[in-house]
Amino acid sequence: MDRREAIQQIAILLGGTVVGAELLASCTSTVKDATTLVGSEYIPMLNEIGDTILPPTDTPGAKAADIGSFMLLMIQDCYNPANQEAFYEGIRKVDEASNLKYNKGFMELEATQREELLIELDKEQEEYMRKKKRDEPAHYFRMMKELTLLGYFTSEVGATKALRYVPIPGRYEGEIPYKKGDRAWA
Amino acid sequence: MAENVYDAIVVGSGISGGWAAKELTEKGLKTLLLERGRNVEHVKDYTDAGKAPWEFPHRGRTTHQMREEYPGLVWHYGNVEQGIDFWVKEKESPYVKVAPFDWIRGYHVGGRSLTWGRQSYRLSDLDFEANAKDGIAVDWPIRYKDLAPWYDHVERFIGVSGSVEGIPQLPDGQFLPPMEMNCVEKDVAASIRKHYGGKRHMIIGRTANITKPLPGRAGCQYQNSCKLGCFYGGYFSTQSSTLPAAVKTGNLTLRPWSIVTQVLYDKDSKRATGVEVLDAETNKTYVYKAKIIFLNASTLNTAWILMNSATDIWPDGLGSSSGELGHNIMDHHFRCGASGNVEGYEDKYYYGRRPNGIYIPRYRNLNGEKRNYIRGFGYQGGAGRSGWGRHIAELRLGGAFKDALTEPGGWTMGISAWGEILPYHENRVYLDKDTKDKWGLPVLAMDATLRENEKNMRIDMMEDAKEMLEVAGVKNVSTYDGNYVFGGSIHEMGTARMGRDPRTSVLNEYNQVWDAMNVFVTDGACMTSSACQNPSLTYMALTARAVDHAVSELKKQNL
Repeated sequence: MDRREAIQQIAILLGGTVVGAELLASCTSTVKDATTLVGSEYIPMLNEIGDTILPPTDTPGAKAADIGSFMLLMIQDCYNPANQEAFYEGIRKVDEASNLKYNKGFMELEATQREELLIELDKEQEEYMRKKKRDEPAHYFRMMKELTLLGYFTSEVGATKALRYVPIPGRYEGEIPYKKGDRAWA
Repeated sequence: MAENVYDAIVVGSGISGGWAAKELTEKGLKTLLLERGRNVEHVKDYTDAGKAPWEFPHRGRTTHQMREEYPGLVWHYGNVEQGIDFWVKEKESPYVKVAPFDWIRGYHVGGRSLTWGRQSYRLSDLDFEANAKDGIAVDWPIRYKDLAPWYDHVERFIGVSGSVEGIPQLPDGQFLPPMEMNCVEKDVAASIRKHYGGKRHMIIGRTANITKPLPGRAGCQYQNSCKLGCFYGGYFSTQSSTLPAAVKTGNLTLRPWSIVTQVLYDKDSKRATGVEVLDAETNKTYVYKAKIIFLNASTLNTAWILMNSATDIWPDGLGSSSGELGHNIMDHHFRCGASGNVEGYEDKYYYGRRPNGIYIPRYRNLNGEKRNYIRGFGYQGGAGRSGWGRHIAELRLGGAFKDALTEPGGWTMGISAWGEILPYHENRVYLDKDTKDKWGLPVLAMDATLRENEKNMRIDMMEDAKEMLEVAGVKNVSTYDGNYVFGGSIHEMGTARMGRDPRTSVLNEYNQVWDAMNVFVTDGACMTSSACQNPSLTYMALTARAVDHAVSELKKQNL
């Protein structure tokens, strides 16, 4: 249900009409013009990095949530200059690490190689983040991983397919049975 | 009736101003409700409500621009993309921080009634008698019995859900059915009750979300997105509740974009005659006249208006003859508590996004206990299962990692304290005549800080949280003190306190300015002490009581 439908439904519920409901349809959320983002040429590679962190299983992977554009939008709009620099440089460093290990760029790797490589980078970021001083930038792979999680699980595909999104729960129950495998609420 | 003459003028359309307008119009007074900001129409203007998480480009996170425009809001409340238009841009509405202070405001019809936390608690005689017993500041001129019927009146109208508990320091009210605690909270509550021999209570929060429909309002839908405005009128706001009631009388005129620059005062009759309004759209000045004036501009703006009024008679403004106008500013100090993990409920979950948590009413310095501070604090908190942001040690990335994150994680439980701040004369706001806003009006300077009593209290606020959680079997409990900045809990109180003596207080027992008896102040400015409960319900009750008095005095021709 979109915003317009929601408002109309409420109008019915409250026994009236909501003037201007048709004007309320929300804007869309996807990045409007990804080509204007700093680093937009790396969107395909960031999509593959995201899809390695959260690959398709019985639910779609991070690429399906347009994760590359999301990462770049967030880095550009929300991260401080030191972190921005670390992130943009990090894209190059992923390729560097790939060349060192496999003699191939990241995009040329098999899925299992990508996973192996990023697991190494994840160990590296964990170590770096533990030791880093307060005002030093975050590790680029930490940012990639965090943004992949955020971007995926709050996306339409992530929230509605990987998680359970109930726009209007209508009630609260403080105890319901849970069995392993049931998806979390978005 | 001439165009600019009304029976009553209400300045400010937030929680208390909306109440003043409703009560005045329902008693038959032609009332002008002035609001300094834009209009926000119920439902239609809730532009962020009803959106899914993915409809926010930054998924709720804070951008550089927001950090620049709303530094105080961002520092205290973090992710602010959702509902950002209901907050004031600090640069556009400046103030001077003599000491660190965050003034977080909403300049639009409804004010902060749209974004408030909705927790609704009564004060008790423990609070009303405290100043007198402690020899602090001045005595409240009222007691619980004076306000109790007005709490009843307000709760019945706005709808407060809660449980009847019989706790003397947190009087019961006219409640709608309580929301449910979840299974972990129930067990933690039982452990606390048992361990402390019934002397400490953990109850479900009392919140102005309606668990049953009220006229014109559907019940709460458990979306927990109240701060965006609610299509269903699921929580109390001016728009969902008091404004429609006032409009229905036919006696209300609402005027947005109206900055009240001063109360006009007639020194011969010792009465206010009206207000001067600066139209924020046209920059023109207007005069509106009325027999009675309610100032509900929010604590600090109410103080500002008084300071700018009748300065030809009192250089420091209307109500300054006591020397207390602008002084004794309070807030609740917070960002202090503990949290940890709860084991053994892996086969249980909950349904719905409850816009409410648990509450632990004050238990310190009761029944003869004497800590190294006076007064006390209450806790808010709750339990839930952790989400996709949690750390999974054994899995770094990949399919198994992703599938693990699609399931809920373990349970956590946390509580966070809100503590009383004493009314110190030295904590004050005043006009900084050298600093002007874009209208050329002088701005407020804030000079307030926590002192010994609050600092000592914070240690208990943190350590008690840990102890209670551990008593309840919560594991890996960690404490935090998140460094409070004055104003941050958005509970500004004081600056025009009620009292029994015009020499030491600004207002009398009915919230009338001693120096102009037809001017009433019933927002947070009137508070004589802060207690530790969320204060808005008390402002509403004081407002309804003051209107009742004002109208009866008007009928007796005393005003």
